[in-house]
Amino acid sequence: MTAPVIEVANLRKRYGSTVAVDDVSLEVHPGEIFGLIGPNGAGKTTTMECIQGLRKPDHGTISVLGLDPQRDATALRQRIGVQHQEAHLQKRIKVWEAVDLWSALYSRVVDPDALLTRLGLESKRNAWFMTLSGGQKQRLFIALALIHEPEVVFLDELTTGLDPQARRAIWTLIADIRARGTTVFLTTHLMEEAERLCDRVAIIEHGRVIEMGTPADLVRTHCPEQSVIYTSDGSTHTLRGEGDDFVTNVINDIARSGVRVRGFRTESPTLEDVFLKLTGHGIRD
Amino acid sequence: MLNGLWKLTWVETKVFLREPMGVIGTLGIPVVIFVIGGRLLGTNPAGAAAVGEAAPLNMAILASLIIAVGAVLSLVSIISIYREGGILKRLRATPLSPLTILGAHVLVKLLFTVAGMGLLVLAGRRFFPGAMQVNLFSFTAALLLSTLSILSLGFVLASIVPTARFAQPLGAAVLYPMLSVSGLFVPLEQLPAAVRFVAHGLPMTHAVALMQGIWDGSGWSAHWANAAALVVIFGVCSGLATRVFRWE
Ligand SMILES: Nc1ncnc2c1ncn2[C@@H]1O[C@H](COP(=O)(O)OP(=O)(O)OP(=O)(O)O)[C@@H](O)[C@H]1O
Ligand SMILES: [Mg+2]
Repeated sequence: MTAPVIEVANLRKRYGSTVAVDDVSLEVHPGEIFGLIGPNGAGKTTTMECIQGLRKPDHGTISVLGLDPQRDATALRQRIGVQHQEAHLQKRIKVWEAVDLWSALYSRVVDPDALLTRLGLESKRNAWFMTLSGGQKQRLFIALALIHEPEVVFLDELTTGLDPQARRAIWTLIADIRARGTTVFLTTHLMEEAERLCDRVAIIEHGRVIEMGTPADLVRTHCPEQSVIYTSDGSTHTLRGEGDDFVTNVINDIARSGVRVRGFRTESPTLEDVFLKLTGHGIRD
Repeated sequence: MLNGLWKLTWVETKVFLREPMGVIGTLGIPVVIFVIGGRLLGTNPAGAAAVGEAAPLNMAILASLIIAVGAVLSLVSIISIYREGGILKRLRATPLSPLTILGAHVLVKLLFTVAGMGLLVLAGRRFFPGAMQVNLFSFTAALLLSTLSILSLGFVLASIVPTARFAQPLGAAVLYPMLSVSGLFVPLEQLPAAVRFVAHGLPMTHAVALMQGIWDGSGWSAHWANAAALVVIFGVCSGLATRVFRWE
């Protein structure tokens, strides 16, 4: 097993009397897409910013690519890409100027025009930042985070504010950059996004990681119950159960009973159900 | 990272030029004050010769200092807007050093100070030919040193101002009163002792003395103490700013 790309041990961070992050430990492995999910104010952004070296932890140790984010900040910044949740650009900077500025800061960069095209921004090259729509801004930020082909990319709420089409395009892009070996650390409020993209997720609440694992494992552990819903004789029946044989058994029972089935579907729990169960409430967007 | 500094400075220059109010405020207003004030009061080509007399207004020096104050006010407001908008934070996550990120703004402000000085000279030649018998190179250098010193104070202000909305008012409330006790309107000797004591700690006072001296033709050697005071203030304020500066 290769060494983790990100190692966080017993991270604590408070703002005044607010404890934002309370004893968080996690590891992210090379080439993995790791997702941090949790309600508003859970401490996702704070955790991420400590890992990026933008905030100084009160307690705990962090290592990214073998570097200390505080001590080796300069070396680390060449090798990571960062997309912030809430950070703008100069109102009157043009899209190409931003990309050009960022390109000048790194020793190795990708073709900026190709990147803008890939993110659907080629027609906005000469637009001022302030004239971009929310989703276009978001895509520009993602472009800036990827301009230098970073080894690790941090995406805080990467698809917030994007339309479904753009969201899917970004998902493809993220899958793409992972395929090239980039490690991705993201936060999201969309459970569908986490389930689809992430190899592993950590659920964080009140600054503590309450569960961690692959989305499939988490669902199997916490919400094993499946439902079979079928319609016969004009009425709808719902059966719930768990286990690998549950659906097969239902099908066999129905076949044996000889009723005429007009509709049949199964419902499996999702990461959202796990989230609801563990946190006692939904994500508050 | 010099490449980054030039790139960022150039970008910030363009961004600033695209903001019509900013450019009019920093470049246009001082020229208007100079021309109108000069017409009303009549320029005194050797204004400083009269220090100690009944306050001859040296419009050229006033206009130059308004350029400097404009630059500093603009800096305070840009920095606080950038902080509020997370722009500072975004830049900080790049390999740019903190010094480069802020240094680019200093360069832009100095650049516009020189541009403002240039406009002032052109206006002076056009409206008050004969009154502009000053070593412009030396005078501009004095203005730049003064601006730099006041800019460092601007960074302290930018660090303590709570929100971008208060940036302009706070800056104006600190900087304009400095002009009133700088010796430009009322000679220092006529100020109460306590006020005079405070005035000696303010960059504006030394800026006025230095620039009057140079306008006078008495030169740097006669005013080295003022120049040194500006450098010391720059050092103290920069040091203070690095301690209290907030990136978000
Ligand atoms: N700069 C700050 N100063 C003071 N308190 C802060 C600051 N940033 C965050 N907090 C507090 O720390 C806690 C964690 O905030 P954080 O931004 O890390 O949450 P988050 O999980 O990213 O939330 P969201 O989903 O809304 O982005 C919150 O209670 C928040 O109010
Ligand atoms: Mg957040």
